[in-house]
Amino acid sequence: MFDAPTPLVRVRDLKMHFPIYSGLFRKRTGEVKAVDGVSFDVFEGETLGLVGESGCGKSTCGRAVLRLYDITEGEITIDGAEIGTKDQSDLRSMRPVMQMVFQDPQASLNPRMTVEAIIREPLDEHTTLSAAEKREKVLELMDAVGLNRAFAGRYPHAFSGGQRQRIGIARALALNPKFIVCDEPIAALDVSIQAQVVNLLEDLQEQFGLTYLFISHDLSMVRHIADRVAVMYLGKIVEIAPSDVLYTAPKHPYTQALLSAVPEPDPSADARGERIVLQGDVPSPSNPPKGCNFCTRCPKVMDICKEVEPASVELAPGHVTACHLYQN
Amino acid sequence: MLTYTIRRLLLAIPTLLFIALVIFLLLELSPGDPMAQMPMSIPPEVKERMREALGLDQPWWVRFYLWLYQFFVVEPQYWIDGLFGTDFAEGAQRIISFQSKSPVFDIIAERIPQTLWVVGMSYVVGVLIALPIGIASAYYQYSWFDQIGTFISMVGFSVPTFFTGVLLIVIFSVNLGWFPSIYDTTLVVDSWATLGQQIKQMAMPVFVLALYNAAQISRFMRASMLDNLGQDYVRTARAKGMHEKVVVLRHVLRNSMIPVVTVIALGVPQVFGGAIITEQVFKVNGLGQLLILAVQGNDIPMVMTLTFIFAVLIVLFNLIADVLYGLLDPRIRYD
Repeated sequence: MFDAPTPLVRVRDLKMHFPIYSGLFRKRTGEVKAVDGVSFDVFEGETLGLVGESGCGKSTCGRAVLRLYDITEGEITIDGAEIGTKDQSDLRSMRPVMQMVFQDPQASLNPRMTVEAIIREPLDEHTTLSAAEKREKVLELMDAVGLNRAFAGRYPHAFSGGQRQRIGIARALALNPKFIVCDEPIAALDVSIQAQVVNLLEDLQEQFGLTYLFISHDLSMVRHIADRVAVMYLGKIVEIAPSDVLYTAPKHPYTQALLSAVPEPDPSADARGERIVLQGDVPSPSNPPKGCNFCTRCPKVMDICKEVEPASVELAPGHVTACHLYQN
Repeated sequence: MLTYTIRRLLLAIPTLLFIALVIFLLLELSPGDPMAQMPMSIPPEVKERMREALGLDQPWWVRFYLWLYQFFVVEPQYWIDGLFGTDFAEGAQRIISFQSKSPVFDIIAERIPQTLWVVGMSYVVGVLIALPIGIASAYYQYSWFDQIGTFISMVGFSVPTFFTGVLLIVIFSVNLGWFPSIYDTTLVVDSWATLGQQIKQMAMPVFVLALYNAAQISRFMRASMLDNLGQDYVRTARAKGMHEKVVVLRHVLRNSMIPVVTVIALGVPQVFGGAIITEQVFKVNGLGQLLILAVQGNDIPMVMTLTFIFAVLIVLFNLIADVLYGLLDPRIRYD
């Protein structure tokens, strides 16, 4: 395609394996394949949703993309710079471009720093603003996320969960990032606050032209916020599609099962009666099955699934799935 | 915080009075006779008069009240008189040691410098080595450095000071002849040469005790650092793009110091209590040795006074630890 925009974030074949040490001499006996060959693009200004069940590697993927881990393998390009193999110390100067909003707003803020110190710290490190300019910037950020300026001198423990998440967002915004990974930013909040925080994230995206990787297990929230959605299962992406396509016409059996589990608020409309209930548990990521990762639980499993790993195929522009049902 | 401190100080008064009573009654109940070490040739009636002279014929509550009065009224008066040249005490009876027949507080004042120099210095040295070791062992968990540190602190924990002390004497005094095996209290430090001598004679007891203290505190520091290194806010700090040094020393260390500081504060009373065994091994005539000799000689006023001073220090440093906790951790409020 001629008018294809260049992606802001380009991830190819990302692998994040955590070693397992055991035995008398703590020898390396295996590895947890938390993220096992993930590829995707995030275009400037869009929101890519990343969904999947607990333990499928969503958060690890998000952290690995920002190189908060030293990745096992793969290429990560953010804003034109390859960061997959860079040293942590070389990465520091690039951190302002890419930021993260963390899941647990309580634990992710240093309890001994005031709100002002938390938001100002990255400014101290990466900018040459004067003290007064920094303070003004901190207060502007607090305005932007809807925190009262008078709270600047307080410590995180004095805030509610939703307010703390706003502090976390303000902190992420401090360095004018282009790309923000939101790692289940609403999972620890109650429902009324979830809506506020999601709306805030959308407003900020519009205001600052941000690009999000939005990690969540809340399918309806992802449908609301994301332009495109990637579905992960056991360390791999099984399907990526534009949001409306994925929710109306899911292709991969896992996506179908996942979406059939979304509760329908209208009981009369819920007469579908075709909820797909998966049997068994997710296999251990330290010992994934041969062939397709989903073959142990897939309702449409074929012989080939247990032998050969399916390749990703593009069914329609932007709709990619990795399943033997759609090979050729 | 101030009201909290004052309230705690007021609460400490009944606590300490109760502790004094318990110590006094324990000494009262314990077998042993201050006259036991007198020569057998002294006739019983003379012994009885000596006993009266010491006030031992009075019932315990009279003696307890007298001790309290002397400790809280008379001794402070003498102390103020000594400082300002006044005469509040007017020659009142002080607390007298049964053994030496001189005022207990004068003897304590003679002994405190040795204890503070040797035991206090070992505590300072112990803390100063323990903190970096603890930080590094946690940061490089399971590395060679950590394994060696773990081994050394296990040794420091488990090998008693009377063994390490004697071992050091055998190696460094007997075989190598580098350090004297006996601490000379009469040494006056007034020149570089005597200062060198003082350092030499302090080296071994300080090392023995510092190893023991460092073993404990470094383990504590390591555990506390490990607790905090795994916290989410550390990842946040890294995501902010902070230097690794800043992440570890500003974010992790400051949070890890909260419990460690209180442990260090709680250990200070032990410094004043002296290190009974180590002081014996190196013949440092400090408070620990004084207490042991007083116990052996049934010197009730001395034992009572020393034990009570230790109790006061423990109560006081508990309060200091709590106040420090409140100052260091913004989540803790006392008001």
